[in-house]
Amino acid sequence: MVYRGDFIIGVMMRFLPFATQVFMYWAIFETLQTNGQSEGRLTGEIGGFTFYDLIAYLLLVTVTRAFSSMPGLTSGISNSVRNGEVKKYLIQPIDMVGFMLIQRVAHKLVYYVMAFLPFAFWFFLFRDCFTNGTPGVEVFATYLLSLVLSFLLGFFLETCMGLISFWYLEVSSLTFIYMLFNFFLSGHMFPLTWLPGGFEWAVQALPFQYLAYFPAAVFLGKITGAALYWGVAVQIAWVLFFFLLSRLLWHRGVKRYSGFGG
Amino acid sequence: MKTYIQVFLTFARNSLVRDLSFRTNFLLQCVTSISWAIMNWAFFKIIFAQGKNIAIGKGTGWTENEFFIFLGTVWIINAIVQTFFMPNAQEFSELIRTGNLDFALLKPIDTQFLVSFPRMNWASLANFFLGVVVVAFYANVLTHEAVNPLSLSVLQVFLYVVFIGAGVVIMYSVMISLAATSVWLGRNQNLYMIWFYLTNFYRYPMEIYQRGVIGWGLWGFFSFVVPVLVVANVPARTLAQPLRESGGNRWENWLILLLFTMALVSLLVSRRVFRWALSSYRSASS
Repeated sequence: MVYRGDFIIGVMMRFLPFATQVFMYWAIFETLQTNGQSEGRLTGEIGGFTFYDLIAYLLLVTVTRAFSSMPGLTSGISNSVRNGEVKKYLIQPIDMVGFMLIQRVAHKLVYYVMAFLPFAFWFFLFRDCFTNGTPGVEVFATYLLSLVLSFLLGFFLETCMGLISFWYLEVSSLTFIYMLFNFFLSGHMFPLTWLPGGFEWAVQALPFQYLAYFPAAVFLGKITGAALYWGVAVQIAWVLFFFLLSRLLWHRGVKRYSGFGG
Repeated sequence: MKTYIQVFLTFARNSLVRDLSFRTNFLLQCVTSISWAIMNWAFFKIIFAQGKNIAIGKGTGWTENEFFIFLGTVWIINAIVQTFFMPNAQEFSELIRTGNLDFALLKPIDTQFLVSFPRMNWASLANFFLGVVVVAFYANVLTHEAVNPLSLSVLQVFLYVVFIGAGVVIMYSVMISLAATSVWLGRNQNLYMIWFYLTNFYRYPMEIYQRGVIGWGLWGFFSFVVPVLVVANVPARTLAQPLRESGGNRWENWLILLLFTMALVSLLVSRRVFRWALSSYRSASS
């Protein structure tokens, strides 16, 4: 955190594409206006989202993504397996996955402390878009819980992908496929309700929606009642699944592993 | 002049040989960039599938088929920039940082030419062809539309190509100016990021910015100061003619004029910036 100014500018810049998105959706939602009301508030809805909902949604998704995305985790693990650095963890009395988890937690904490101001700035700028006002305590608590869970899910999912390199040294094509799915099924580009009907089962069956869509939708009150708790339960199940899978992959992998050189 | 063409062709051949020495990697790069483009297309396909009347802006005429011509144009320009200029701009920053620019300065050839073209990333050209296919496909769809079909003449296609050329000149100028700033900043690892954020604005029809104070501010800035907005808009408008129903826009000719003026001005300015940067260059280390 030596380059504090650089960092804050960096986070601010991250929102520039967001500005163009706002203008694009503004233009798109304008076409939904009926002739009588061309001025004033945009009333049209796409997939249950008004223009203002959508802006709020995209902002919230940025927050979730900041929790759930793990830049360089898969490739980092894969590299350390490939070049033998993983031995470092084998001879030390620490667990590699645990160590990396702690590292990520620390990193995210620092990131959030630093990124708070830029985030607050953009949320303040678009405060009018949160038309439902602030959510209730219950919803907010669930939101926070699912944010933390999305962090854990992102971490264990990417760890599992990285650990696969015990078997296949090159996992970059796997990460590419992951990114492809992430693009369409996590909802970080658009609300998942926009997907054509045939994709509904894929969204429900795969864990991607919990990486971006779910927490944001909870905050906006799009998911209520039993579906809310059911969603959190499924998210917990996914976290557990990938946690156990990562343990399994780690133990199997280490047995398979033979260090060369060094 | 002849020497320059020869040197350019040698650069092109060398880069192609280098790229093709790792054939699988080359193919993978092509596949990756094409997948990105297709994802982009699918994203807009999903948006346009949300309703029958959806367009990028009310009364702008950028409905689905017209907009995909715009998108294809963006891919074409992007591919050209990434093939010919992007690797060199990054290399230029690196030359400044390491002090290896000295060698380029010593050579008996224009320095800006020498640093602008030595490397070409041929794999990025995959999107160029994809863009051409997409533009041709949607242009064909538009000319066969039942209501108000598009009529294209040879002249329009020719102008489209010329306008793309002018747009590429603007992109080149912006990029080389950005890269030249690393003389003062010392290092410029964020070059790609800044470039990405700047060019993000040119990927949409300019009408979307024409609203509100901030929007008009952005529109003005990216039309006249960093003129990236005209780059894709003018060629795409020429081909897709989004306003053909209402007989076109009276600003259309002004936009073309703006494109050429800006291409010329930005080229001259970037030349000045480059010269200025070189005069402040002090070799590193040694």
